[in-house]
Amino acid sequence: MAAWSIYISFIGAGLIAMLPRNRAHLAPWLALLSAFAGFAFALTGAFDPNPGSFHILARHSWIDAMGATYLLGIDGISLTLILLTGLAAICGILFSWNIRERAPEFFALYLALIGSVYGVFLSFDLLLFFVFYELAIVPKYFLIAIYGSTRREYGAMKLALYSFVGSAMVLVGLLAAYAISGGETFDLVKLAQHPFPREFQMWAFPLVFTGFAILAGLWPFHTWAPTGHVAAPTGASMLLAGVIMKLGAYGCLRVAITLFPRGLEPWGFSVIGFGSWQDVFGFLAVMGIVSGAMVALVQRDFKFVIGYSSVSHMGFVLLGLVTLSTIGMRGAILQMFSHGVIAGLLFGVVGRMVYDRTHTRDLDLLSGFRLNQALPFACAIFCLAGFASMGMPGFSGFVAELQVLSGAWHSFPLLTLVSGVGIVIGVAYTLRAMQKAFFTTPPPTPVTQGTHHEMDGAPITLPEKIGAVILITTSLVVGLYPGILLRWIDEGLASPLFDLLRQGGLS
Amino acid sequence: MSAFILSLLTFLPVAGALLILTNWLGEGRARCVAFATSLLNLGLALSIFSRFDGARAGFQFVERHEWIKPLAVNYHLGVDGLGILMVLLSTLLVPMALMASPRTVDRPRLYFPLLLFLECGLIGTFTSLNFFHWFLFWEISLIPAFFLVRFWGGPGRTGASLQFFIYTMVGSVGLLLAFVALFLAVGVFDFTRLGELATSGTIPLAVSKMTSGGATSTCISWLIFAGAFLGFAVKVPLMPFHTWLPDTYSEAPPAVTMLLTGAMSKMGVYGFIRILLPIFPAQLLTLQPWLVGLAVLTIVSSAGAAFAQRDLRRTFAYSSVNHLGYCLLGIFALAGAGPESARSSALAGVLLQMFNHGLTAALLFWFLKLLEDRIGGRVRLDEAGGLRQIMPVFTGLMGISLFSSLGLPGLNGFIGEFLIFKGVFAMHPWAAALATPGLLITAVFLLTILQKVFNGPVKEQHATLPDLTVVERIQLAPAITLLFLIGIYPQILMGPLSGFIQHFGGGHP
Repeated sequence: MAAWSIYISFIGAGLIAMLPRNRAHLAPWLALLSAFAGFAFALTGAFDPNPGSFHILARHSWIDAMGATYLLGIDGISLTLILLTGLAAICGILFSWNIRERAPEFFALYLALIGSVYGVFLSFDLLLFFVFYELAIVPKYFLIAIYGSTRREYGAMKLALYSFVGSAMVLVGLLAAYAISGGETFDLVKLAQHPFPREFQMWAFPLVFTGFAILAGLWPFHTWAPTGHVAAPTGASMLLAGVIMKLGAYGCLRVAITLFPRGLEPWGFSVIGFGSWQDVFGFLAVMGIVSGAMVALVQRDFKFVIGYSSVSHMGFVLLGLVTLSTIGMRGAILQMFSHGVIAGLLFGVVGRMVYDRTHTRDLDLLSGFRLNQALPFACAIFCLAGFASMGMPGFSGFVAELQVLSGAWHSFPLLTLVSGVGIVIGVAYTLRAMQKAFFTTPPPTPVTQGTHHEMDGAPITLPEKIGAVILITTSLVVGLYPGILLRWIDEGLASPLFDLLRQGGLS
Repeated sequence: MSAFILSLLTFLPVAGALLILTNWLGEGRARCVAFATSLLNLGLALSIFSRFDGARAGFQFVERHEWIKPLAVNYHLGVDGLGILMVLLSTLLVPMALMASPRTVDRPRLYFPLLLFLECGLIGTFTSLNFFHWFLFWEISLIPAFFLVRFWGGPGRTGASLQFFIYTMVGSVGLLLAFVALFLAVGVFDFTRLGELATSGTIPLAVSKMTSGGATSTCISWLIFAGAFLGFAVKVPLMPFHTWLPDTYSEAPPAVTMLLTGAMSKMGVYGFIRILLPIFPAQLLTLQPWLVGLAVLTIVSSAGAAFAQRDLRRTFAYSSVNHLGYCLLGIFALAGAGPESARSSALAGVLLQMFNHGLTAALLFWFLKLLEDRIGGRVRLDEAGGLRQIMPVFTGLMGISLFSSLGLPGLNGFIGEFLIFKGVFAMHPWAAALATPGLLITAVFLLTILQKVFNGPVKEQHATLPDLTVVERIQLAPAITLLFLIGIYPQILMGPLSGFIQHFGGGHP
């Protein structure tokens, strides 16, 4: 049933694209309906008798000559992420309710993007996986280039180029793996059992991992993320930060780490303290955590603060993945979910609730609006989401970071301390943004030029409220009862897919 | 009911806060609802206190439920002598802080819920026995405190609140990293289990297994200790981690300062006793001379700093650091071996000092608030004078509190400091001797306050200040009575502590 979340999204996209011009106002409703349906189908996966373990959803022959099949499957990790996708889709549409210009196209592209994301998370055939992965780039490009704001063509192009470079690296690695394994199958489950030669894994792992990690915001290839997030329209930046970055991290785990686990083994020599690819990527992940946080600390543009904070938080995901310990990887997957929810909410508040009303994102100018009085709901939600984002216990981010750090202590004790510094800076930039945007009272000099502030449509609309409440509640529920997701994730990590990894010493 | 009475105690304030937030009874009732909630909670705490069997060591009123299985997290609550004392102190201070809150506070529907959330955080911290939700409460108490300072504080509130929050967060992150590493090593988040493992020597072994061993493993066990230590040292604070405190205490609204100094600073001391002493005995023992030295430094130099202040809020802020320094001196002395009588005396002193300092410091800030309201601004030493003639009742009552803070026998402040010095002197005579100037300087600056503010000629602009109203006298009366009661008959607090002191203080650490 869960496979239907892919189809229903594409069907919804098609229907909306075909809406007659005089029925354009139905587009958001139709989109919401498909997103709900998609989420409902994804949720059926949770009611499976054995929701966390791997099982196949659909298998059809596809390109027999190459051994590619149409193979969809699901396990606890996929389940967690498609639920996230469903939530992000619903809330993104709720936060895009005010789009009037070319609305049907917007929602059609939006649903096409969602459909491809579902596809990536459910494909267990590498070629199919790759097709969905590439398919996601196209709607993303148009969403930003047509509906975006600040420097949208530049942002869209940068994002597309980075994505294609990453994809090219991934493709080279995948084809090589296909060839070396005998050129018979793209079936991930079968390939995961194939013992690739160590020398091959040693170069294929960094290639494929980096290729995917570019989309997850791996430092220093992360610069597309802030510009892309800022340029994108609110609904799209919620998806971009909430789900698209997870595609990269998911690829790192599902392909790079699953197929080439020996690529993480020690080289046998060390270069300036780095003795393996594990060390290198652990270092880059922590660099992302710290430098993302530091750059976020000095931004004037509200959306850039959130954009860089995404880089910082995705650093925790990558750090957790390369710890190669069950607890670290579990934390990384939970962090994907948690960050998707919280970053989505933060972008929603900044892009929709604040920017669409004030038409500025400059933190110094925002102080003139007295937002805590003009938009008390936005203020309260931003505070909650901000505390969630800085890793306050009680919210989902805390449980995730706790486990990532725990795994990291095992593998990189010193880097863990450095990432602790990153957390503190995270507190600082969140408070700074909160302080400047919402709580600063402007000096009592009336009517100087450029400070007459008019606000459009001041009260927060109902769709925004619903979307915000859904997301913050999710974060709280997962923060207080992480057991729901952890059970599935654990079963996912215990599946035979990770056999090779376990032989390599996954603890 | 006693099966979940601690949960009830923790979450009752949240219920009150939600009642106010929903605005069901109207904005004007916010204060009443908050006060009723806090009184109800105080009653609940008193009923627990009266049923608490003080002769028994170990935890009572225990609640334990499985919570997050993959992380070995249990919902585990319980109080022992230390816990019940701190719970009592917190529930006592919140009604006092509510009475000290301005009558027409700005945005009451936010202010009172935040105070109640703070109470929830405090009680939760003092009753949780599992790191996971203990840390949750520890952090959650920080958020309302931050907003209370940020929104209702003095002119420098923006900087002060930021400094307070970030400084404390640095300590919290240290704590978090330390406990995450411990969890990785032994797979346990439960404080009592961790304490047992530390006693049996499992923890050092497990930590050394965590890495390849050798030099890095000692380094890591020290790092773990340093992280946990930092978290508590900032909160108390121990010099040199105290720099956030004077700004925060003097910018916060006085009612909030009462809670900050009365109860929140005790969270740090509590952490030292509950967590650091049982789990890291070896590290504390190695560092003992240095730590005792730091405590002495804290005592003496903060007394000196208090003496040098002109603004009374800052004087009392530094005096707070000074009084908590005695607690830390006692705790660090306990880290080493010593005769049993000295150890129990020091421990009993620390516990009493925690309670009494909380009560007295909160009262002092309350009086200061009453005085500031009348004068219409901060009280500066050289600008006030002669208040005894125009406000005799106020002078008398504040004088009692000042003498209690000074440690006059017969009032509550004396017994704790006396027992600490008695215990420490038997174990570390030089430290006790070096700390005595702290007592002396405290006496000097408190007497200076008495002299400059209350004696001398009346300042013209103050000639018409009203004395305490009847309502204010009634509000203050219970707390003042407590000062005498504990001073004359400390047994009411000591009794319930005896089991804890015997178990914890006896023999070697």
